[in-house]
Amino acid sequence: MAQFLENLTLFGVRVCPWPWLAYGIAGLVHIGLIINLVAVGALIFIWLERKISGRIQDRLGPTRVGGKFGWLQTLADGIKLLTKEDLMPNGADGLLFKIAPYISFCAAISAFIAIPFAGGAYPWIAQHLNVGVFFVLAVLGLEVFGVILAGYSSASKWSLFGAMREAAQVVSYEVPLGLCAVVPVLLAGSMDMVVIGDIQAGLFTNWLVFHDPFTFIIFWVFVTCATASVNRAPFDLAEAESELVAGFHTEYSGLRWSFFFMAEYGSMFSVSILASILFLGGWHGPFPITSWLGLGGETGTAGWGLAQVLGLANVLLKGTIGVCIMMWIRWTVPRLRIDQVMATCLKYCTPIAAVMFLGATCWHYKLPNKNFFGLQNYPPGVYEVHEGWDAQGVETTDPPNDPPTYKNKLAGESSQPRSASQVTWDKTTILASHSLNSKLRTSPTTGTGAGSPPHSKKRIATRRERSMLISTTTNGLRGIRSILISVGGSC
Amino acid sequence: MEGIYWPSVFFLLFGGIACAFAVAVLFSKNIVRMAFYLVISLAATAGLFFLAGADFVGAMQLMIYVGGTLVLLVFGVMLTSQERFVEMKSDAGDWVIGIFAGGALLVVLIWAAFSIPAWQGMDAAEANAVAVKKTVTPIAMGLLGFRVDAPDRSGYFFPFEIVSVHLLVVLVGAAYLARAKRKTTSANLATGD
Repeated sequence: MAQFLENLTLFGVRVCPWPWLAYGIAGLVHIGLIINLVAVGALIFIWLERKISGRIQDRLGPTRVGGKFGWLQTLADGIKLLTKEDLMPNGADGLLFKIAPYISFCAAISAFIAIPFAGGAYPWIAQHLNVGVFFVLAVLGLEVFGVILAGYSSASKWSLFGAMREAAQVVSYEVPLGLCAVVPVLLAGSMDMVVIGDIQAGLFTNWLVFHDPFTFIIFWVFVTCATASVNRAPFDLAEAESELVAGFHTEYSGLRWSFFFMAEYGSMFSVSILASILFLGGWHGPFPITSWLGLGGETGTAGWGLAQVLGLANVLLKGTIGVCIMMWIRWTVPRLRIDQVMATCLKYCTPIAAVMFLGATCWHYKLPNKNFFGLQNYPPGVYEVHEGWDAQGVETTDPPNDPPTYKNKLAGESSQPRSASQVTWDKTTILASHSLNSKLRTSPTTGTGAGSPPHSKKRIATRRERSMLISTTTNGLRGIRSILISVGGSC
Repeated sequence: MEGIYWPSVFFLLFGGIACAFAVAVLFSKNIVRMAFYLVISLAATAGLFFLAGADFVGAMQLMIYVGGTLVLLVFGVMLTSQERFVEMKSDAGDWVIGIFAGGALLVVLIWAAFSIPAWQGMDAAEANAVAVKKTVTPIAMGLLGFRVDAPDRSGYFFPFEIVSVHLLVVLVGAAYLARAKRKTTSANLATGD
């Protein structure tokens, strides 16, 4: 975007004559959009929560403020919260008490930095990281810090109990959540969320949730763990009002209190979008309407813009549906006890996630070209979306360049003297052929002469994909071992 | 504004935040506040990593130090908070030893930083010529034993495995030491025994 602003001319005048201005404006636009998404999202979701809880409990919910559906209720609430007295307990640690809500809120916002809202060659994303999934999970884990500080600094036993529960719960649920998120990473061969979303293009049968039975089950484990990690009912032990008054935010009032709530709804929205990108196709709808209508195409054209806007609508809609499902669960299921929460994590979610991870690995190993529960072959081209990188790790937007030694190998080994580097690449090939899938078997493994067409572009991608598969498999096995041991120790 | 090299500005910003809050950790008396200052210092360090284009290391810093270690630290403090430990008072002897050890390390680091020619910094034109690298895939390949950046060298598969087995042993040991020796009740589970 900064480059776009830098080169933008209106009426023959460059809009941004200096690069720093272009970068500054681009940064401000991104920040503004993200903060607005979280704040306006919270405004809508709080209203939605009231309406949904009302309907589930056979009430109407808000009906007065703003006309027919009471859709301005949250705004009225916000004005009320603004006018409330800002109280702080006498024994509280002033600095930490004041700063805690903002830590939670910042963590909730920061997760959106790496979340793409539309894919393609120029994705709509504030900062395109090639460790996107990892970054989002890391930042989501930071929100608990604000809660812990709030609970500690409030000088109230209720707050302290709430914060301790939250810390124990979030730290435990990070493990199964990570195990679930690894499966789409494994199937896509990348931690880049744009790549993960784009391999699910086309019909809904390409969505990773329908990839095989294991991903279908692990999606529901992910939903459970995501609900727990954003501290929603039935896992909202930290603010259990029947036992802890209001948990960690007992002593908060007014605007600071509302920051906690914006953070909660923001992180609900971000885990829902994360689930939709990892498992539910992200910006690709259930039917490829954009390609039926002939949209997309050249970057920068109106058709491309419309396709991206439709992708954005898909992501937001899926995220909203996810949040609605969380609300549905909240108003249906009673709250668990803390030991039940820990048992759900350690005895059910983690082992199930580990076994499903192993199953998905084996499935992908045996049926590498199938999706939709093994019933359908991959549509050609879909699986060739990969992050670009070459031998030096230099970022490329084009398909990866072949390392020269690898080309030599394809061109025929007899014509070239073997160098040390070539041996290393051979080792790579050997390892790749051990975990061979049929796609590789059909392509030539040894050179057929100097004039052979290079299949290497595709092969490098598949080899890398396979290596990551091996790495994640060994990690997974190790994880299962350690988990079984820790579960055995705690029982 | 044209003459300013903006990456340097942000480097100084993040570096300054990290250093300032590291000093604040030293001069704070309350252990929870110390942890909070340490969080900001470590998060600013993650910012430095992101600024340098090391996305993976930056995210790792957030995950392990800020999200993992510090949360556990504050959690531990909350569980064991006694008046005696929450307010830390260090006497003069502690200060002398601390300043000596820290100062010695600082001298070694500064000496090392300025004695290596490759670390002497580059001007803006040179820095702009350096291509941005994607880090995570070469790191993953390196841990599997394939150095994509230097194909003639061996990777880190063996150390990676050794570290993994070591961590597994630590996990087993922790589970063994912390296992519940009496009948499991809900109270045990609640405290994480």
